[in-house]
Amino acid sequence: MSKPNREKLKNDINSVPTDVQPAAITLDGAVVTFSEGETIYDVAHRHGIDIPTLCYDPRLDAFGGCRLCIVELEGTRNPVASCTTKAAPGMDVRTATGEIEKHRKVLLEMVASENRELDVNPLRGYASQELTALVERYEARTGRFNGKRSGASNTVDENPFILRDYDLCISCYRCVRVCAEQEGDYAISVMNRGFDTQITTEFNGILKDSACTFCGQCVQTCPTGALADKKALRAVNLPGEIEKTRTICPYCGVGCSVDMLTKKDRLIGIHPAMDGPANQGALCVKGQFAFDFVQHPDRLSTPLVRGGDGQLRGASWDEALDRAADGFRAVREKYGRHSIYGVASGRAPNEAAYLMQKFIRAGFGTNYIDNCSRA
Amino acid sequence: MSNPLIDMEKPDVIFCIGTNMTECHPVAATRLKKAVARGAKLIVADPRRIGLVGLSNLYLPIRVGSDVALLLAMAHVIAREGLIDLEFISNRTTDSEDFLEHVRAFPPEWAETITGVPARDIEVAALWYGMADKAAIYYTLGITEHICGVDNVQSLCNLALMTGNIGREGTGINPMRGQNNIQGAGDSGALPNNYPGFQSVTDPANQAKFNRLYGADIDLEKGVTKVTALDLCGEQIRAMLIDGENTLLSDPNRAHCEHALRSLDHLVVIDIFLTDTAQLADVVLPAAAWGETEGVCTNTERRVQRVRAGVPPPGKAMPDWWIVAQIAKRLGFQGFAFGSAEEIFNELCSASPLYAGIDWDRIDEGAYQWPVPHEGHPGTPMLHEDKFENGRGIFTRIYYRDPAETIDNDFPVWLTTGRRLASYHTRTQTGRSQGIDYLLSEEALEVNPNDVQAWGLMDGGWCQMTSARGTVKIRVKATQRSPRGTVFASFSFSDVPVNILTGSGYDPVTHTAELKVCPVRIDPAEEQMPASH
Repeated sequence: MSKPNREKLKNDINSVPTDVQPAAITLDGAVVTFSEGETIYDVAHRHGIDIPTLCYDPRLDAFGGCRLCIVELEGTRNPVASCTTKAAPGMDVRTATGEIEKHRKVLLEMVASENRELDVNPLRGYASQELTALVERYEARTGRFNGKRSGASNTVDENPFILRDYDLCISCYRCVRVCAEQEGDYAISVMNRGFDTQITTEFNGILKDSACTFCGQCVQTCPTGALADKKALRAVNLPGEIEKTRTICPYCGVGCSVDMLTKKDRLIGIHPAMDGPANQGALCVKGQFAFDFVQHPDRLSTPLVRGGDGQLRGASWDEALDRAADGFRAVREKYGRHSIYGVASGRAPNEAAYLMQKFIRAGFGTNYIDNCSRA
Repeated sequence: MSNPLIDMEKPDVIFCIGTNMTECHPVAATRLKKAVARGAKLIVADPRRIGLVGLSNLYLPIRVGSDVALLLAMAHVIAREGLIDLEFISNRTTDSEDFLEHVRAFPPEWAETITGVPARDIEVAALWYGMADKAAIYYTLGITEHICGVDNVQSLCNLALMTGNIGREGTGINPMRGQNNIQGAGDSGALPNNYPGFQSVTDPANQAKFNRLYGADIDLEKGVTKVTALDLCGEQIRAMLIDGENTLLSDPNRAHCEHALRSLDHLVVIDIFLTDTAQLADVVLPAAAWGETEGVCTNTERRVQRVRAGVPPPGKAMPDWWIVAQIAKRLGFQGFAFGSAEEIFNELCSASPLYAGIDWDRIDEGAYQWPVPHEGHPGTPMLHEDKFENGRGIFTRIYYRDPAETIDNDFPVWLTTGRRLASYHTRTQTGRSQGIDYLLSEEALEVNPNDVQAWGLMDGGWCQMTSARGTVKIRVKATQRSPRGTVFASFSFSDVPVNILTGSGYDPVTHTAELKVCPVRIDPAEEQMPASH
């Protein structure tokens, strides 16, 4: 969009006294209301109109870089980016005219032409299928612009979490912006311009030497899989469909919502839940990457009881539970009910803590119960 | 937390004290960073130059264990400058006259001599906090893990009460809970003084209610805390059932702890790994872990959320609740015939006024923050909005006390302990997750570079750290994060069991250990020297 038009648009918006006009715009022929501050994209999204985007992440400031979200706005000569244009009373917007859709297709053909491959494994990250999906939707897999490529993968960084496969980078800057705006870490930056644009870190080094905390947010917002989850990718050749289960992170008390990724009975990765009430898509290195403990070979898989030789040995549930109960019974009989104590876990769910206290209170009639919060 | 997490983006002034939030609650910290980016002022009080300090507008490098002195002086300045919220004080609080008179004796110049923070910086902190329209306090274990933990918290309450910074958006007193369900464990009644829903066990009405509910005859007296129970092991306490806690590594004074557990007639541990603690047990029962079990957890903002199973547990492992119920049934206890976590949670809801309005189905999307007193109630994101639960906010007259142990010729260095971003507690989980070692493979003692030199140590070399209770060998890391005379280590690594050293004292009310203060002596050590206990 040229400058005079932007100015004109601004004047048009400013000339409408908002207190007398109803806060409404015409969207693909329908009159719809909006609230102050909403962009055309926001309003359209709210009304179920699927405007394509690549550089957009609802958690970040609108960037207006990919131009896929352009819409026709009555009174402006060129289309405007709907993600950066605030709705103003009286606007008449068309989101998917033939002309607009043609523009989008050409844009996608150009973006796609710069990448090594389009079909990336969904294990790469939460948003990794966005480009592929749009290329399919617009039938933009044409090879019309077979030419120069941008972005070069980093083969030096051997960190165990984040694959830096910049051959697939389309310079949407979502990783740069999520690191700055969402995480406040500013670990990711941009080097050069145009076809030479390269996402990197300060001094073009490895992530471990930067301000990176390996929260994985850049991986999860990347729309092409250029930044990818190395831990999830370990399961690429594992048979089975990827399934998701919504749960809460097992670490600190913030209670971030996550989706466990599983294939058959294997836990293979974690996605942040963008609609998680406590975290709204944010995670840290522990929640994102520290999940291998669950299916670690060290896990206890059978009850153990101490044998006559003083060593712990495997036992059936019946034997172990009988031993556990018998021990408490014997102690109660010998020393009384105030000789038995329960310590509940701050890691297990409420049901465990509730039954622990009920065990002590209902069973022994004491309040000899605590949890690990005093440590 | 008195206020919801989303509120962390809204204060004008943020006062973080004793919270290493960027490492211990990183996602919450992102919200503070947004507030700071928006222009909020951040005050950080901490003995160490933690990550938050880099974001702060004012850093108060207090000596470990001197929080009360700092907070008294801040209250002094707020009172002296007339920054108190008279309307709030008269409508919502009690005992203000006594408190305002009390703080007159504690000017910043006095606090400087105790905290080491320049008086003028204390003045500025007090002025910012006192003049803000919306000021919020965030704290973690740096406040509570002291012999004066309760005094510290009450000092923070005094500040919020005198300025009316409670019960409004972007304000509040906000402890950040450290474990995924430590809030829920308390909510569920796993406390010696409270039934589920924080109903006091010493109230005969509550006793009658639970006697009826459980068909039992429960004491009207409080139980003892875990700390006391460990002290009584082998004497009054003869048997323990421990669920999912690696007591030996996480608790202070490991030697005492190990002796206590070994002296029991009967120890049953439910866990997902054969931890150091489980290895002492007579019976070890394998639990289903996170990701393998259905249930409910409650987060730091009192949000009640479902956890779900995505994979089966290994071998014969079973959910914790099933295990407890099975032991109970074998002892002939009534009321343990549960077939699912759902049935148990719904019983908890019926027994807790805080959960009365929710059940398993209603919390499916995690939309509720307690209290939810009745069905149809929307939940309570912010506490204390119109009134305090117990009537009026009470000002408390607090006096500064020295830590249980202070530095002297034998132990001239302050050790303070805590956690790190890439490790969690005793590393039973993070230590078993691939890649974490790349970020953090061993523990190292953080020592100021000048002290490294002065004490004859080498950056990357080894030292021997000794307290009144024991000695550990630990690698040395020179860093400006530590001020001169204070060193830091986490308790995460079992080969550097820092809690051999700690355990100098406990808060008399909560029995929380003073893990944040431990005088030590530091000597250079050869790498080959075996770790001695």
